Amino acid sequence: MSESLPIVEMRDISIEFPGVKALDGVDFRLFQGEVHALMGENGAGKSTLIKALTGVYKIDGGSIVVGGEERQFHGTRDAQSAGVSTVYQEVNLVTNLTIGENVMLGHEIRGGFGVNWRATHAAATEALARLGLDHLDTHRPLSTLSIAMQQLVAISRAMAVKAKVLILDEPTSSLDAAEVEGLFRVMRTLRDQGVAILFVSHFLDQVYAISDRLTILRNGKYEGEYLTRELDRHALISKMIGKDLGTLSSLGGNRRVEQRDYAAEAPLLAAKGLGRQGSIEPTDLEVHRGEVVGFAGLLGSGRTELARLLYGADRADEGEVTLNGTRVDLRNPADGLGRRIAFSTENRRDEGIIADLTVRENMILAVQAERGWARPIPRKEQDELVEKYITALNVRPADPNRLIKNLSGGNQQKVLLGRWLATNPELLILDEPTRGIDVGAKAEIQEAVAELAEGGVSVVFISSELEEVVRLSERIVVLKDHQKIGEIVNGPAITAQHVVDVIAAHGVEAAAESGIIDAEAGSNPTEAPHANAHVFAAPEEES
Amino acid sequence: MTTVQTPRVDGPVEASASSKLIARVKRVVSSNPSVLPTVAAIVIFVGMVIYGEVAYGRIVQYNTLSNLFINNAHLIILAVGMTFVILTGGIDLSVGSVIALSSVAGVMLANAGWNPWVVIVLMVLIGTVIGLASGILIQYFNVQPFIATLAMMFLGRGLAALLSTRPERLDDESPILWLGEQFKVIDGEKVNDVVITPGVIVALLVVLIAFFVLHRTRTGRTVYAIGGSESSSALMGLAVPRTKVLVYVISGTLSGIAAVVYTSRLGIAQNITGIGWELDAIAATVIGGTLLTGGYGYVLGSVVGALVLGLMNVLITRDGGIPPEMTTIITGGILLVFVLLQRAVTSKRHT
Repeated sequence: MSESLPIVEMRDISIEFPGVKALDGVDFRLFQGEVHALMGENGAGKSTLIKALTGVYKIDGGSIVVGGEERQFHGTRDAQSAGVSTVYQEVNLVTNLTIGENVMLGHEIRGGFGVNWRATHAAATEALARLGLDHLDTHRPLSTLSIAMQQLVAISRAMAVKAKVLILDEPTSSLDAAEVEGLFRVMRTLRDQGVAILFVSHFLDQVYAISDRLTILRNGKYEGEYLTRELDRHALISKMIGKDLGTLSSLGGNRRVEQRDYAAEAPLLAAKGLGRQGSIEPTDLEVHRGEVVGFAGLLGSGRTELARLLYGADRADEGEVTLNGTRVDLRNPADGLGRRIAFSTENRRDEGIIADLTVRENMILAVQAERGWARPIPRKEQDELVEKYITALNVRPADPNRLIKNLSGGNQQKVLLGRWLATNPELLILDEPTRGIDVGAKAEIQEAVAELAEGGVSVVFISSELEEVVRLSERIVVLKDHQKIGEIVNGPAITAQHVVDVIAAHGVEAAAESGIIDAEAGSNPTEAPHANAHVFAAPEEES
Repeated sequence: MTTVQTPRVDGPVEASASSKLIARVKRVVSSNPSVLPTVAAIVIFVGMVIYGEVAYGRIVQYNTLSNLFINNAHLIILAVGMTFVILTGGIDLSVGSVIALSSVAGVMLANAGWNPWVVIVLMVLIGTVIGLASGILIQYFNVQPFIATLAMMFLGRGLAALLSTRPERLDDESPILWLGEQFKVIDGEKVNDVVITPGVIVALLVVLIAFFVLHRTRTGRTVYAIGGSESSSALMGLAVPRTKVLVYVISGTLSGIAAVVYTSRLGIAQNITGIGWELDAIAATVIGGTLLTGGYGYVLGSVVGALVLGLMNVLITRDGGIPPEMTTIITGGILLVFVLLQRAVTSKRHT
């Protein structure tokens, strides 16, 4: 490690939000030519620390030294001009302009007659070339690129302004394995060029693959700074969550429920030839009482589409659904809800939470919708309900009157889970309930799912993380290209590899192309149950 | 099953000039679908000109086209301002009443013996101030553009009525009228002349400057970026707050300029002038291919949009048989077609 002075040194940083200390005496240093991972659970203060550094938030205490000078930036623009550039998890570019413009926006090269587009595009190409992207035509609209490529363009943009410090906040969450490898190549190149890189990711594999050093935060406090190679996964995870890993693995490892014989029972829900033009081919499906059925498949394989038909969020145009032996016609969400089916969306931010309402309001929403607006739920009953699920699901902070947007992603997800549990469903459909949330919250949600099933609720569990699906489900429905391609009855011998094999066998060339088989071989689910190799591309989000 | 061998027929080798042009347009459109609505606006405009020429005659001639520009110079200026606002995803409803306030105030001051140049500057400044007020409300008080400019619309209209509720006639000798005076550029036979007014020149200058600002300055590109995503633009370090205020200042200022151009042509100002013109300007902008959600559109398209609306009025007058109330119905129809076209384009982009 470099012995020189750090390019960024944050000392004793404190930030207070109304009623909560988001950061409490946090130290952080970043050296030139290193990749430094910032680790912590959701809500540990990673994003807050980054925003403190870039001047989005004002610090209430402590000092920030950048390049040997004490600085307090006034927003992104100010930070950028001092050489601190940030690339966020959501690609923050504008899709209506060209690739070249996105790289150069605000830094276009000007000549005698306004912007000199030829020179600007040349400069853009040069910046892209630094990342090995010079094959891109800078005149094409950004919208023609995949999200992964857009992310790389965003990094080019950061480098076009001669950044000395590059902050990558969850840049990999929407990339697949091959794309992540491409990003890492770029990061290594930049590191070798002397750029200081601050990297945030939920994927431990990635952190170990790329980072030189890491700083751990927990509950807004500084936990320590370590050399990555000197800290093993178990130690890292326990430092992040502040508990021994043993409690977590017991949950993860043994959760696989013993097989019951469902053949004798009538299914709770049976779908026959259920399909919808353009979203899912006709599918047969049975869900028994108290059973967890996992949907596995690539993003866009039709998992969500099938789930939406089961709930009535979309209307099927063929096939039929029987619920408890009677045929039902699910035309809209109210039909689903009325028949005690609940659906928690994968799109937490846009279709899940209502950001400007409180935890309480968000939680009672579905119960209230079910009763109808004419019969408001008495405050006392609200309080009881909310109290019950905040405790049961361990929502933190346990304040029902806090706006939900001020909670971390994992806790928002718990509130949503509470919202649907409050309706007392017979069938609960969870679409990506653990995406983009930290290991602790993930384990808690998995635990809740397992308990529900034991209590007789049927659960359809959809996740991009195969280990998770395999761990929780009794039966795994495998989807690909908008159709169901197989069903696996889970058992002790089944691993994520089996699911991958089913998908791969169904279209060998397609699987080989996306590189999922290679990626899967590299991870060992028993050794690090929560450090899942995230083989399937899945956009993540965090508060 | 047997395969029937069909002889491969190659297309005609020689490509005519027109098919070359079509191929070129196709290439531009396919690489950048956002120009499609603007291209469609041009096609419709040309189509209307051809239809008018065939059905009524005397459309494609100097004086008709000159008058089209003279009579719609103010609308072109308004549409240019509106384009800036809509490109950021906003809207400006105050432009019609800015014209009323600015022109009534201007005529009264001029008649009171103020220096005409000072009066013109003040007329423009009235627009600037109202635009600045809208911009500040929107950016710093977080008021919806619709509401902020609606408030300004009522305010402007009310102030105009406060000044006078009668038609105010500009003195016949007032130098302001010079802006509306017609100059022959080409002397055709009989009355078929190319005529231009300083007002038209002002409008064309406005278009050229706007084009330059939007396509050749960082500020202009920021306008587009804000329309693409305001939060991304802010995170990219662009001057979002300043630019957002600026577009309303531009729109207000151009409304003031439009008031000068319009008043100089008519010589009369009234507090009820310009009712509904904000909607004409929005219609022109949308017909010209600017997406109401922002981010896509061209100022030249808005000019074509304004001309489409103007030409429609000409055709309806020429026809004589179409009752005047049909004008709005036809405007509505054209608008609808364009909005549907835009939807088709956007949905294509998403797939």
